[in-house]
Amino acid sequence: MTRILPKIFIASLIAAAAPAVAAGAPNDAQIAHIAYTAGNIDIAAAKQALAKSHNAAVRSFANEMVRDHTAVNDKALALVKKLHVTPEDNPTSQALSKGAAAELKKLSSLKDGAFDKAYVNNEVAYHKTVNGALKDTLIPSARNAELKSLLQTGLTLFQEHQAHAEQLAAKLK
Amino acid sequence: MRRSLPLSAAVTWALLLVSNPAAAAPHTYTVVIDKMKFGPVPEQLHKGDTIVWDNRDMFQHSATDKGVFDLDIGAGKKAVLRLTRVGTFPFVCKYHPGMKGVLKVAP
Repeated sequence: MTRILPKIFIASLIAAAAPAVAAGAPNDAQIAHIAYTAGNIDIAAAKQALAKSHNAAVRSFANEMVRDHTAVNDKALALVKKLHVTPEDNPTSQALSKGAAAELKKLSSLKDGAFDKAYVNNEVAYHKTVNGALKDTLIPSARNAELKSLLQTGLTLFQEHQAHAEQLAAKLK
Repeated sequence: MRRSLPLSAAVTWALLLVSNPAAAAPHTYTVVIDKMKFGPVPEQLHKGDTIVWDNRDMFQHSATDKGVFDLDIGAGKKAVLRLTRVGTFPFVCKYHPGMKGVLKVAP
């Protein structure tokens, strides 16, 4: 089941992004919204892990997700304020939120080791998907240099998270 | 002539002090952390020197060589490491293990 998740996520992200692409690349207001939404989703997943997991390594990882994604989102909020840009909801953000809500619901029924594995596997899949979107769509489309720079730092950070999640997933097998 | 001798001796002694690395005062070096990377690490490190880790990122990082040293460095904060051992110490950020560096400490 967990192996299917990346494909589902990627499919939904691409499908959702299609209308925006058809009408042109996402604008900076939409990109900011997608990046902020993606961060918030991972914070919510981490908070669920902190409420449910008893595994020290999983909890440490979840704390790191809360801390890092909060830092990026705070920076993103400060930037859009400075640029007088209002983040704009869009199909990609909506698809991400919908997928995340389903994942939170699914994980809520799991316990102990089963939860830990499912959470960490989803973290691998989720970061992989978001990193792909950042690299292929969001960063190339961003027009404002400061936003582009923040997204690039975000990509480096999220690639680290993906690697960390992969290490953790291998230990939990 | 006799008066010049003590002066020469003093100059020679001073030169010896300057040219003897073991007698050099410990140095303080700064390693900047920015955009998810450790900046350049000084190559001529010696026991007794100090590293100031200057975290200019928006994220918490660490400088960690497991079992040797482990410093948490908050976002926008600095942390100090005094080099008390000679050797080669590969370090990572324990939160973002792709961030790496090596400290080579000579006597």
